[in-house]
Amino acid sequence: MTDAYLERDIELASGKVHLLEGGSGSDIVMLHHSWGSPGWLPVHAALAERHRVVVPDLPGWGGSVRPAWAREPRDIAILTGHILDALDIGPAAVVGTGFGGFIAAELAAMQPRRLRALVLVGAPGLKPENSDILDQMMVSHRDYIEQSFRDRENYVAWVGEEPGDDVRELWDMSREMTARVTWKPYMFSRRLAPLLGDVTTPTLLVWGGRDRIVPVECAELYAACLPNSTIEMVEDAGHVVEIEEPQRVAEMVSSHVD
Amino acid sequence: MFIGYFTERPYQDPNSGYFGNTGRAVMDLGMSNASYDPRLGADLYNRYLDEKLYAEEMGFDGLMLNEHHSTPFCMGQVVNLEAAILARITKRAKIVLLGNILPIWDDPLWLAEDLSTIDMISRGRLVTGWVRGTGRESVAHNAVPPYNWDRFQEAHDFIIEAWTRDGPFRWEGEHYHYRYVNPWSKPYQSPHPQIWIPGVMSRNTVAWAAKHRYPYVMLATELGPTKDSYGYYDEVAKEEGYEAGTQHRGYLFKVHVDETEALADEAGRKYVQGPSNPFLEGNQGIVRPFIQNLPGLTQRNNLLPTLTSFAAARSRGRAEQFIAQQRARGEKADIPPPPKDPYADLTKKYSIISGTPKSVIKRVRHVLETLRPGTIFFWDGDGAMSHEDSMRSLRLMGEEVIPAVREIGKELDLKGPFEVDPSTNEPMAQPEDETVEQAAAD
Repeated sequence: MTDAYLERDIELASGKVHLLEGGSGSDIVMLHHSWGSPGWLPVHAALAERHRVVVPDLPGWGGSVRPAWAREPRDIAILTGHILDALDIGPAAVVGTGFGGFIAAELAAMQPRRLRALVLVGAPGLKPENSDILDQMMVSHRDYIEQSFRDRENYVAWVGEEPGDDVRELWDMSREMTARVTWKPYMFSRRLAPLLGDVTTPTLLVWGGRDRIVPVECAELYAACLPNSTIEMVEDAGHVVEIEEPQRVAEMVSSHVD
Repeated sequence: MFIGYFTERPYQDPNSGYFGNTGRAVMDLGMSNASYDPRLGADLYNRYLDEKLYAEEMGFDGLMLNEHHSTPFCMGQVVNLEAAILARITKRAKIVLLGNILPIWDDPLWLAEDLSTIDMISRGRLVTGWVRGTGRESVAHNAVPPYNWDRFQEAHDFIIEAWTRDGPFRWEGEHYHYRYVNPWSKPYQSPHPQIWIPGVMSRNTVAWAAKHRYPYVMLATELGPTKDSYGYYDEVAKEEGYEAGTQHRGYLFKVHVDETEALADEAGRKYVQGPSNPFLEGNQGIVRPFIQNLPGLTQRNNLLPTLTSFAAARSRGRAEQFIAQQRARGEKADIPPPPKDPYADLTKKYSIISGTPKSVIKRVRHVLETLRPGTIFFWDGDGAMSHEDSMRSLRLMGEEVIPAVREIGKELDLKGPFEVDPSTNEPMAQPEDETVEQAAAD
């Protein structure tokens, strides 16, 4: 585990982007869930043993300036491409968790050669045919995050019985930004699937078998669209696979990107 | 003084189980319409129209309608249709819409056309009012909450333009886009109907209303915080270079009149029963804070003094903010226990006034002396109140309360927005004056 990391800001024309980075080796960029980046996580520390891990706050989330003009995830994906350019990261290995996976998929769709490897963990972005992506706008923050975990026990172990004020604030601000870009349609784009057929980037689709946020069906939809993809199920995990099974996810990611 | 009548038009279904404490929770956006009975709906819509007609007959100056969606506490989803019917079947009273929910309209040109039509059919009796809506409305019509305030302002600017500028013209805004604005309708009133802004707690909206010199109508808020909020309006007005007066102040409050104090008590208690507005303190509904506080709907640092009442904050899903504010001021932030008898508590605070004409007039006087509004609305016939309850009250209002309140209004010099023009502070011509002028001319 590499617990050491740096915090820094970079400047885009659209404003400051805050990021964490640690470790050395080939680059891995990790994109966070819709509820923001909670910091340097065990999965980052595990990956940082063999990679340089970069964890930006997506523009509008956490310490990154809000692009008030952004209206859809694709706008955030364009800016994410600009972040990679600013960091001079060549063909990148991008790991998107939850909503970050939606952004990563959009980024891959617009610039397939921008990525050398893609990992989507419980990613929304495609409309499931037989069910729906859980709508965070119709439940409380607490319920939404709790449902992101395999069970209540895991949620309490990670968040505690009551989230602290800083966590509440992060969730609150993040939800506003989430609403700005994906209030409707909620967490998918009908304009994404038709573009994915040309994305030959090696893609790993990691899904928790007990994901209550983004149905497992979405993994199959991504697999059907992306010609070079495989599904890895983590049967006992919920939506936040990388938080509940950091070591396993780090191993999967590491062997996929190298 | 302008005296209006209001009821929220609850969907009253005594067989639904939603009445009183009969088992089914009245939870905001948590109730299925599976049991909706259109025959009952037909009876209720017609009942409420009949009551409005009677209210006009009893001497009210205005008939107020409001709009909500996907909820049993207010049947005014298509409020413009109700207004259009009133435009045709009433003769004298203003039709006051407080108000259309601008941000949920994806096509505000259609709204401009609706309102012009109502104003023409009523021959200039429309008072239009616009609101931002609660979280429920954003959810029900799926309008993106973080753009609520921007859309409100742009839709307002656009409608004024569509009403007053000769077409055709083009509108390429941030949220609305039209290649051909040339509505074949115009408001009967020139340049357009008066615009009043109803509200509860957004500082942004009060400041905006004051900048536009639009009367601000506080909706059933407690007396102290209401007075403070008027004070904020006055401050902004001063910054804008004019003196706000009674013509800029409106107040909606619950008033029921009955033949005896016992009947008044029995009917008054129905305000907090049945499918009454769950956002008003003391009733039996349950609000869901995350729906009221949708992301970005209201800026958290922009709340009016109305939030200083814990009960009001809780009823609007803002208990946590209230406690945080108290703590930030270094004050003790204990959550007060809910009152044992909400009706008695609300009566004590003047949030509900129910009694015989004599006791009601006395209490209304207190409200008028405290707040000095030029416009008031009596909110009656709500919750579980029956048609008979409403009609008894309307009759007594007409016979005794309205004439007495008019006298108090004169005594306190409470000029309404049709006596003193809120946009200029100049006196307005009165119908009597016109008659005199007409007679002189003849």
